[in-house]
Amino acid sequence: MNGKIHQASPLASASRRTLLLSLATQAASSFLIPMNASAQAGPVLTRPIPSSGEALPVIGLGSWITFNVGNDGVARDNCAEVMRNFFASGGRLIDSSPMYGSSQEVIGHGLGKLMKAGLQTPVFAADKIWISSAARGRDQIEMSRQHWNLRRRFDLLQVHNLLAWQEHLPMLLAMKAAGQVGYVGITTSEGRRHREFEQIMASQPLDFVEVTYNVLDREVEQRILPLARERRIGVIVNRPFREGELIRSVARHPLPAWAAEIDCSNWAQLLLKFIVSHPAVTCAIPATSSVAHVRENMGAAYGRLPDESMRRRLIAYVEKL
Amino acid sequence: MSEWWTYRPSDFLLFAPRTYYRLFELYNTEVWPVHIVALLAGVTILVLMRSHAPWSGRLIAAMLATCWLWVAWAFHWQRYATINWAASYFAVGFAIEALLLFWIGVVRDRLRFNTNRNASTRIGVAMFVFALTVQPLLGLLFGRHWLQLEVFGVAPGPTVVATLGLLLAAKRINWIALPIPLLWCLLDGATLWVMNAADAFVLPVLAIILVLLSTFRLSAARR
Repeated sequence: MNGKIHQASPLASASRRTLLLSLATQAASSFLIPMNASAQAGPVLTRPIPSSGEALPVIGLGSWITFNVGNDGVARDNCAEVMRNFFASGGRLIDSSPMYGSSQEVIGHGLGKLMKAGLQTPVFAADKIWISSAARGRDQIEMSRQHWNLRRRFDLLQVHNLLAWQEHLPMLLAMKAAGQVGYVGITTSEGRRHREFEQIMASQPLDFVEVTYNVLDREVEQRILPLARERRIGVIVNRPFREGELIRSVARHPLPAWAAEIDCSNWAQLLLKFIVSHPAVTCAIPATSSVAHVRENMGAAYGRLPDESMRRRLIAYVEKL
Repeated sequence: MSEWWTYRPSDFLLFAPRTYYRLFELYNTEVWPVHIVALLAGVTILVLMRSHAPWSGRLIAAMLATCWLWVAWAFHWQRYATINWAASYFAVGFAIEALLLFWIGVVRDRLRFNTNRNASTRIGVAMFVFALTVQPLLGLLFGRHWLQLEVFGVAPGPTVVATLGLLLAAKRINWIALPIPLLWCLLDGATLWVMNAADAFVLPVLAIILVLLSTFRLSAARR
């Protein structure tokens, strides 16, 4: 099942629980929050989380830098609007970390604001643990939950950049066994500590890993993504645009005509579809504080995806720019 | 931090430039009219530097220490820390500098100024005047909104430059008070540099000038 993109009937072979979750996703994206008029037609593309079969839209929302706006009320409301558009376009997974300054609180502000407006958000709450003290790990998780304004458990908790993972991972797995968190994972970024990362993937019962992957940074294709498939671990992809640097550099050049063959009308969609078309990838999490950009990004969760030959074509095209 | 060599300065930037400048805008709006009090304090310090009164050095140090304490609390602790967790450490650093200035200037009366102006005194005074009058306006030159400007005694940058100017202009160099302002010059320069800000060079260049002049003064005094 891992690796297949689902469209109209995402979970034909999934369990009843998974089916219900999938229906909830579809309902939330199409009913609870009105869909954007600009959203593309057709169902949102989802991937099953390998360890459970739960369907997750292939595009999520990161919060690194973009949601760290402090106590700026105007900027907070803007982020809430980004979240509203994200959900309205069929998105679910929002990712954050205690390391990201005020991002967790800003997400909490957004969720609270959307709830006050009577909108039920289908959020898949993904956060991290980032503290060197093992003893203070649970306190940090509880603090994060309060920042998020969550009245329930986190869906996913990951050990941020492998910080004190030997202590935190057993604690997170115990929390999962006790039903206090849905899924457990580890993260890295920009190719750091991949050897150790692989060893943890090979030895620990992880639900998710989070890594950097994009059309130019493809090191994970060699070992980590195949290992994730083999071990049935979901993959979340961070820094899909190299913090905007990649999209700024390609945006100076025309979008190739063949982008239309996979229903892409802008560079963001093309770059994101490259990522989520890899069969091991569950979800990419571009971060933005722009409503227009979140709509563009969510366009990558609709329509056709590139096949292997088109993926190679895109790599060649971007590398030449 | 493992694999530390793989990190770039930009990896430590937690916020967007727009957020950083908005922080100053909101801060300035919220604390107004503290700016007027701070500027009056700056002018008073300038006047006191020319004074022969035996207590002038103590008063200058007390005012300067108050500015550092204010920036530590009102800027770093209450506001900057909302977007940069490291700012709580900056607040501690600024509070320590306030205590150092209080100890050196108020308790030990070691922040006294020459009435006959040598080169380093003149440059020190020029740095102080620059921090008081020109530095706040640099933001306008580099495209920032006037509400986002940084003012002596309110924002860290001009407070640090003014302090370095005073330390350079003083009769004796109080080395113990230099590391924190110099470190801030580097941090400020690095932050603005990774944000691609055109004025990233200002504080590091002033820090270099101060280190060179202080070292020159020390070697001249030993000759």
